[in-house]
Amino acid sequence: MSILIKNSRVIDPAHKLDARRDIYIAKNRISRIEEKISLRADTVIDAAGKITVPGLVDMHVHLREPGREDKETVASGTAAALKGGITSMLAMPNTTPSIDSPRSVVLLREIIEQTAGARVFICGAITRGRRGKQLVDIASLKKNGIIAVSDDGSSVDSEALFLKALKAAKKNKIPVVSHCENSLLSAGGVVNLGLLSTRLGLRGISRESEYSRVERDIGLAARAKCPVHIAHVSCKESVEIIARSKKKGIAVTAETAPHYFALTEEAVGDYDTNKKMNPPLRCGADAEAIKQGLREGVIDVIASDHAPHTENEKAVEFDRAEFGVIGLETELAVSITVLVRPGMLTWSECVRKLTINPARILGISGGTLGVGRPADLAIIDPDKEWVVGKEGFISKSKNSAFLGARLRGTVEYTICRGGIVYKDSKWNL
Amino acid sequence: MEWTRKDLLGLEELGKEELELVLTTADSFKEVSTREIKKVPALRGKTVVNLFYEPSTRTRVSFEVAAKRLSADVINIAAETSSVKKGETLIDTGRNIQALKADIIVIRHSCSGAAAVLAKNVDICVVNAGDGWHEHPTQALLDIFTLKEKFNKIKGLHVAIVGDIAHSRVARSNIWGLTRLGAQVTVCAPPMLIPAGIEKFGVRVTGDIDDALRTADAVNVLRMQFERDQHNAFPEQLEYFKKFGITRERLEKAKKRIIIMHPGPINRGIEISSEVADCPQSVILEQVTNGIAVRMAVLFLVSQASERRKTA
Repeated sequence: MSILIKNSRVIDPAHKLDARRDIYIAKNRISRIEEKISLRADTVIDAAGKITVPGLVDMHVHLREPGREDKETVASGTAAALKGGITSMLAMPNTTPSIDSPRSVVLLREIIEQTAGARVFICGAITRGRRGKQLVDIASLKKNGIIAVSDDGSSVDSEALFLKALKAAKKNKIPVVSHCENSLLSAGGVVNLGLLSTRLGLRGISRESEYSRVERDIGLAARAKCPVHIAHVSCKESVEIIARSKKKGIAVTAETAPHYFALTEEAVGDYDTNKKMNPPLRCGADAEAIKQGLREGVIDVIASDHAPHTENEKAVEFDRAEFGVIGLETELAVSITVLVRPGMLTWSECVRKLTINPARILGISGGTLGVGRPADLAIIDPDKEWVVGKEGFISKSKNSAFLGARLRGTVEYTICRGGIVYKDSKWNL
Repeated sequence: MEWTRKDLLGLEELGKEELELVLTTADSFKEVSTREIKKVPALRGKTVVNLFYEPSTRTRVSFEVAAKRLSADVINIAAETSSVKKGETLIDTGRNIQALKADIIVIRHSCSGAAAVLAKNVDICVVNAGDGWHEHPTQALLDIFTLKEKFNKIKGLHVAIVGDIAHSRVARSNIWGLTRLGAQVTVCAPPMLIPAGIEKFGVRVTGDIDDALRTADAVNVLRMQFERDQHNAFPEQLEYFKKFGITRERLEKAKKRIIIMHPGPINRGIEISSEVADCPQSVILEQVTNGIAVRMAVLFLVSQASERRKTA
């Protein structure tokens, strides 16, 4: 089967390409990218006015399988990802059981092979049961297929253990993704510590609980001469620490999630549990610092931190609601609306943070277009306006922080491994 | 001015006129409790459910007395004995109470925002009787009612609130209500008991009790909730009394007519000396009496607004 995509603006930051091109896909690979291609194809997509980008790479996704299939499965999560233009993702290990043994890696790999609609890469835990006590056997987990380690959801409190993990990961050539949170400082908090926590009478999570751990983890990484990746940066001080460390030449990379640059703590309003996540929404100055950090290259990656929860788990007292929001289906549109359209990032810079940057950090081959490469790409309508509604989500869960938001930019087609795996409903007409 | 709200969740959301309406309505109900037959038929045929997830005697009894003086039927649910222990959610409990055709739920809960969750998910009236550290609107209304009785005005009064501001719903509701009605509020506590950014709510912050009392027309003394101090972050009890306790000696430096309020229950010798608690300027028991009138007013207003919505 062959596909010809005509007349779109093709953005591929890894090849410094941002120009009108035709793309020809044959035998599941990109066979030509040229100014004008007049070959016959089984499917011809006239994409004039659209933008074609490499399939997005989301390096922070909770697929919940195995264990919480009521929230999400590999099948439903990857279907949701494809709607968001995402063709590759890193599945976080805080499942039940957690991904901390060769056996659980194999189990998850089998589920992925049988049910995934997109490319799912596995992140192993750093410690057994993510309890921060005993290091997993990174070598044997890697042999079974993990490409990164993280105790995401918890931080590794012991410095000695984290140092050991950094060294073991380096030896095995895989990145460590660090959830930075000093739980002694954040203990029991549910929103940002400040005006909002005072007004609502809720326990606050201090910025310090995040940035002190960012500082510690980068310090340990520098000492051990190992790379480290900082997950979900939410506050100004973390951005500053990462900027300073990068200037010193320390091998640190960082990611943020769309809600941290698009929303602030005020969005919690009257106890909206769909605005409850960890780290919490912060203040205007933090969102601004994150945008600047993205612009200046301090923050390398935009990742969704897609964290599905059932409605039951959110329709409770704020203190008792689960932390986390879904993001696969809104990540691109929020980035376009909040970063690209106001001119904070160019298209190319934004696409870079959603594709080649995370691919390089993870050491996977996606995130770029190139002749001979497997055809993973997304065709975007950059202008189309839409309103986020519960009924539109493919994800099993509907806990989006952007319900009701008016966004610009939709995914028209997603092609993964050379096949059209998602298209906007209007193309069926 | 007509009351239109289905619920009373907090004072933050109330305008000046709404606050004044509650106070005047309470004023007209106060007399009922002095009658030989302490009852009016305003809520006859209505059912009020006291849904208490936290132990409380005084607030629960006060609401019960208020509802009964309005001729409502009252049902008390204590969380320990209800199906909450069986895992029922707050929303389901609320819907069940609604299905029993109750008219008003009075809720006390340890989670901030619990009253708001309930109110959003039932059509019947919800009155917040204290949610976590968030708000305790009827307590603040009775404090303000008492102040108004004493001074005949709120505007321009200096009110000091002393004690654990960070974990106090009484403090928050008082701050919203008093500032909206034009009083000047000073909060006074050790630094770890002052919540972040509180000065942005239009209050003055001080750590010096003498400074707080100097210009005060009234001082509202909060109970030190030592039982909630999981992290041992609070000062020692005796230490606290020395630095912040309201004593005769301290009051001698304050205005002569200063009145002493306390939401109760009081810890004698911790936040307030026995002598001060029982002195003529103490209005602590008058507050309890006024609580009935204020709660009658609130129950009456939300119920009346519901009736109007039904007939509209």
